[in-house]
Amino acid sequence: MTPVLAVEGLNKRFGAVVAADNLTISIPAGQKVSLIGANGAGKTTFVNLVTGYLKPDSGKIELEGRAIGKQSPRDVARLGISRSFQIPQLFIELTAAENVIVAISGTKAVPLSFTSPAEAQDRREQALVLLDRLGLRAYADRPVSELAGGVRKLVDIAMAMARRPHLLLLDEPTSGVSAEEKFSTMDRVIQAVTKEAGTIVFVEHDMDIVTRYADRVLAFYSGRILADGEPDVVLKDADVRRYVTGGAR
Amino acid sequence: MKALSHPLAMLGIVLAFVLLGRVLPAWTLSLATVAASNSLIALGIVVLARTGNVSFGQGLFYAAGGYGVALIANSFGLTDAVVQVMIGAVCGGLLGLIIGPLISRYTGIFFGMLTLALSMVLYGALVKTTALGGSDGFNVGRPTLFGNVFTDPREADFMLYSVSVIATGLAGIAATVYFRSELGLVSLAVRANNLRVEYLGVSANRIVAINFVIAAVFAGASGALSLMAQRHIDPQFAYWTTSGEFVFVAILAGYQSVAAVFVASLALELVRSFSNLYLPNTWQLVLGAFLLAVILFLPRGIGSLWTSANRKSDQPDAPAPGAAVTEPAE
Repeated sequence: MTPVLAVEGLNKRFGAVVAADNLTISIPAGQKVSLIGANGAGKTTFVNLVTGYLKPDSGKIELEGRAIGKQSPRDVARLGISRSFQIPQLFIELTAAENVIVAISGTKAVPLSFTSPAEAQDRREQALVLLDRLGLRAYADRPVSELAGGVRKLVDIAMAMARRPHLLLLDEPTSGVSAEEKFSTMDRVIQAVTKEAGTIVFVEHDMDIVTRYADRVLAFYSGRILADGEPDVVLKDADVRRYVTGGAR
Repeated sequence: MKALSHPLAMLGIVLAFVLLGRVLPAWTLSLATVAASNSLIALGIVVLARTGNVSFGQGLFYAAGGYGVALIANSFGLTDAVVQVMIGAVCGGLLGLIIGPLISRYTGIFFGMLTLALSMVLYGALVKTTALGGSDGFNVGRPTLFGNVFTDPREADFMLYSVSVIATGLAGIAATVYFRSELGLVSLAVRANNLRVEYLGVSANRIVAINFVIAAVFAGASGALSLMAQRHIDPQFAYWTTSGEFVFVAILAGYQSVAAVFVASLALELVRSFSNLYLPNTWQLVLGAFLLAVILFLPRGIGSLWTSANRKSDQPDAPAPGAAVTEPAE
């Protein structure tokens, strides 16, 4: 069966810094994969390469068998990869519902309408359903500039879900969320995104979150995959303990 | 306020303004005509500003509309005011269609300076083109309306006022519908974060190009209206100070409200006229002080006076900004 994401011999350098060093990864449909690693290990570079923001120096990236390594973020999104960001990328003057409506508008195959109201009943309903899944309905009509960091993070994820992506990449979904709330937030995120996206890849620093939610862990170090496997196995790996978790588990 | 922004209500307001022209003193008709015409081009700048880009060279399309109409009027004897406005809009729009897709790749100051440069290229070309009258330009005949010739100056002024108010009013209604549309909302999203828009599968450049062409259409029509008012055209239409004046109106108005553009344009004309009358040597100083006051006290433009109030009244009771993520109010 063709994997959702297949990466082969992927390389990316920034001057002397090797951000992706001959990466070869295959992610089958339905997996929840966590990317772990210290700052600068290459996790976000990997996400940026897969979503088309960065172009690889060499190597192949395929989404369901189709090469996407040279595509723009827009084309990659249209093909079925969505992402959220470590620092939420929202339209700050718009309300939470309007942010999601913009994302829904982006899913249309036909050109955007000059006359159809943005907040048409069907579009607004769709937006509210997405916000509701993440427990954000009460915030729908609030400008996102007035929302707390954790809420913004969830709005960002709701926007990424609007396209019902084949592959959803979440960059640190629980950063900025308090320790007491991280599990309930993640429960909600995983429950919601599982309905909208088959396969999830999330960058995470919190090993409790990784252990609880990931089917598989990819540990990054200096642009390489240090370990790849089930969370219990990877987190006990000596190199991972030495270079990534610092013996946290 | 919301009822007034229904297209039919707005059409009623436009017609009321036309009828108002019947009772207005003669001197105010020409002032209102200029204000309406300037509103039209400033409205285009506001449409473009909703994508986060400002054109410092709308004079390019203003001149294209004006020269296009003037040449067709003199060559083919086409003097009908409504047709002239349409020709102006088409001339501006066609030029916008050529330039828009190219310039939409740029943002911020690069975008603004490129538009300015292009308008000055046209200015230079017009000054050197003797067939178009060079720096002196050339005259055009009096406009007619549906075959009627207006020899009485008061009637001619009223006709021009009516055409200006209706053309600008219709553009205002179209812009209001557009601002509320899907494309209008995505334009605001481009203004806030164009990369995120791309990540959502939408071409930010395409949105900018569409808004650019709309602005060019409005500028072309405005150029036609100005031509009819002055019955003369010259390269000054494309000069940077002309473009700057329209940006001035757009800054006063802000980008949130269509009505604000008309208010700003009228306010500017009134301030200019009265300061010119009572302070002939320092009227620019008064105008500058007026702009500074608006920027200082209404940094989001005159329109923020009522758009902010609307937003506050529309907002339901919601949790406090710092409320827990996991426990939103139901």
